[in-house]
Amino acid sequence: MLRLEKRPNPSKLWLYGTPVMAVILTMIVGGMLFATMGKDPFEVIRTIFWDPLFGEFAFYLRGQLLVKAGPLILIAIGLALGFRAGIWNIGAEGQYIMGAICGAAVGLAVYPTESRWIYPAMVIAGAFGGWAWAMIPAILKTRFHTNEILVSLMLVYVAQTILAKASTGFLKNPEGMGFPGSRNFSSYPAAANPELIAGSGIHWGVVTALAVAGVAWVLLSRHIIGFQIRLSGQAPRAARFHGVNPSKLVVLCMGLSGALAGLAGLFEVTGPAGQITIDFNVGYGFTAIIVAFLGRLNPIGIVFAGVLMALTYVGGEMASTNLGLPSATIQVFQGMLLFFLLGVDVLTNYRIRTFMGGK
Amino acid sequence: MDFGGINPAILIASLMAASVPILLAALGELVVEKAGVLNLGVEGMMIMGAIVGFMVTIQTGSPFLGFVGGAIGGAGLSLIFAFLTQVLLANQVATGLALTLFGLGLSALLGQGYNGLKPAATGAVPLGPLADIPFFGRVLFSHDWVVYFSVFMTGVIWYVLKSTRLGLILRAVGESHEAAHALGYKVNRIRLGAIAFGGAMAGMGGAYVSLVRVPQWVDGITAGAGWIALAIVVFASWKPWRALIGAYLFGGITVLQLNLQAAGSSIPVEYLSMSPYLITIVVLVIMSSGRGKAALNAPAALGQNFHASR
Repeated sequence: MLRLEKRPNPSKLWLYGTPVMAVILTMIVGGMLFATMGKDPFEVIRTIFWDPLFGEFAFYLRGQLLVKAGPLILIAIGLALGFRAGIWNIGAEGQYIMGAICGAAVGLAVYPTESRWIYPAMVIAGAFGGWAWAMIPAILKTRFHTNEILVSLMLVYVAQTILAKASTGFLKNPEGMGFPGSRNFSSYPAAANPELIAGSGIHWGVVTALAVAGVAWVLLSRHIIGFQIRLSGQAPRAARFHGVNPSKLVVLCMGLSGALAGLAGLFEVTGPAGQITIDFNVGYGFTAIIVAFLGRLNPIGIVFAGVLMALTYVGGEMASTNLGLPSATIQVFQGMLLFFLLGVDVLTNYRIRTFMGGK
Repeated sequence: MDFGGINPAILIASLMAASVPILLAALGELVVEKAGVLNLGVEGMMIMGAIVGFMVTIQTGSPFLGFVGGAIGGAGLSLIFAFLTQVLLANQVATGLALTLFGLGLSALLGQGYNGLKPAATGAVPLGPLADIPFFGRVLFSHDWVVYFSVFMTGVIWYVLKSTRLGLILRAVGESHEAAHALGYKVNRIRLGAIAFGGAMAGMGGAYVSLVRVPQWVDGITAGAGWIALAIVVFASWKPWRALIGAYLFGGITVLQLNLQAAGSSIPVEYLSMSPYLITIVVLVIMSSGRGKAALNAPAALGQNFHASR
C-alpha cells in the first residue's frame, strides 16, 4: 500500500521538477489520445513541440510563438500575484476584452489624426479599462464580502456582450460596407502596434510582457508588497498581525491583474488581431490561468510557461491544418497539462511511503 | 390574459423548464459543498453531461438513456476532480477551474460531427385531464419528466440532509472533518461520493440543455449556466428549497428577457441578454453584504482538504 506523509518543508527539487514531469506525462497521455483518434502520436507530438521551433517553417512560426506568448505572460503574471495572495481573479478574459475596447475606442475617436501621443494614450486607456473592470469584483469583495470568483466570471459574459455591441454598433467601421468589426488599425499607423523587427513577432506587447515579468519578480522577491502578498496567501492570520490590510491587498492585486489583462487586450487588438471583432478574443484570459500555475506563480517561471503554452497553440494549429487534428484537441491537451501539474504537485508537499498490510 | 405580448401562464411554465439545468446543477453542488468540497468545475461537468447525453440520445434514440448518459458523463468527469483533490490533495479552486477548461475542450472534441443534428424530443408527461385545467394545467401539469424530477430531488436532498443519518454524516464531514475522522468516518471516501453525485446532477442538468432547451449541439452550449448554479448555492445559503427559489428566479429572468426580445422591447437586445449575469451579481451582493461566513450558513470546512495524519 502507498501512504502520503507530509513533508516538514516543501521539496525544492520537486518544486522545479513537477512542471517538467507534468509536461512529460501530458505528452504520454496526449499521445495515447491522439492514437485513439487514429493519428500517429509521435508525428503529432513532433508537430506540436518540435516543428514550430526547428521545423521547415520555424522562421515564421518562432515569431508566432512570441505573438501568442506575449498576452499569455502579461495576463498570467497579474493573475499569479492575486493567486499567491489567495485572491482568485478568474475574469481576466473580461478585463482583456474591456481593455481592448477602451483602448481601441480612444484610437478610433481621434481617427484619422496622426500624432505620436495617440498610441501611449491608447495604452493607458487599455490598462484603465481592464483595471476598472477588475475593480468591480474587488470593491464588491471588500465592501460586501462578495465572492470574487463568481463576480469576475459573470463579468466575462457581460464583457462579451459589450464586445458584440461594440463590433456591430458603437465601434463599427463606418466605411466597412456593413460588415461587423471596427476599422483596421494596421491602416492607421499612429494607433497600430506593428512588429518592431520584421519577422521576429516582437511587438510592444511582447516587450512589455518581458519587462513586467522582471518588475514582478523584483516585487515578489525583494519588495515588502511581495512579502505581504506571499504572507497573506500562506498565513492570512499572521498577515493580519503583521499589519497587512486585506482590503487594500485585494484592490491592489485585482487592479494590477486587471490592468495587465487590459494591456494585453489593447496590444492584441492593435497588433495581431488588427481590429475589434466579435470574436477577436481567443480565450487567452482563461489559458493564462494554466500558464500562471504551470509557471508555479513565479514571474520567471511564467515566461517559460507562456512560451510553452504558445507552442501548444502554434503547434496545435499546425497539427490541425497538416494532420487534420480537430482544433478542440489542443484545448483538451492544455486542460490535461493543468491536471497533471496539480496532481504531481502532491510530491512537493508530501512524501510517498510504502507500507505492508496493517499499520 | 396578455401583458405586452407575454402570456403569464406560458411564462411561468417556461421559466420552470428554463430553470431545470441550473436547479439540478445547483442541487448537486449544494450536496458537494455540504460535504466541505468546493468544486468550481460545475460548468465543465454540465457541458460533459450535455455532449454525452446528446450523443447517447442520437445513437439510441432514447432521451431517457440520454439523461442517464449525461449523468454518467458528468460523474465521470467529476471523478478526475475527486481523485486530484481527495487522493492527491490538490488545491480545490485550481482543480475546479481545470475541470471546467478541460470539460469545455473535451466536449468540443467529442461533439465533432454532432452539429446540426436534432435529438429525439422529450415529451410532456401525459397527465390527462389535469393538463386541461385553466392556467394551472399549463403551469403545473404540462411538463416533461425532468422538471418533476428536479422538484422531487429538491425534496429528497432536503429530507436526506435534514433527517437522515447519511445527511448527518455528510454535514459532519463538511463542518469539521477532524471531528468526523475522529468518530471513524472515512472523510475522503464520503467526499468522493458527494463529488460523484454532484457531477451526475450537473451532467443531467447539462443534458437538459442540449436535449430539451436548445435542442442541438453547439460548442460551449451551457454558456455559463454552471457558474450561475454556483452562485445560486451561495444565494440559497446551502438550503435546497431556497436553491429551487433561486433557480426559478434566474430561470424567470432568462425567460422574461427572451420574451422581451421576441416581443420587440425598446431595450436593446444586448442589455437584455446580459441581465441574468448582472442580476446574479446583484443578488450575490445582497446575500453576502454585512454578514460573515457563519451567518451565511456556509459549511465550516468548505474548500479545505483533509489529510489524515494519524
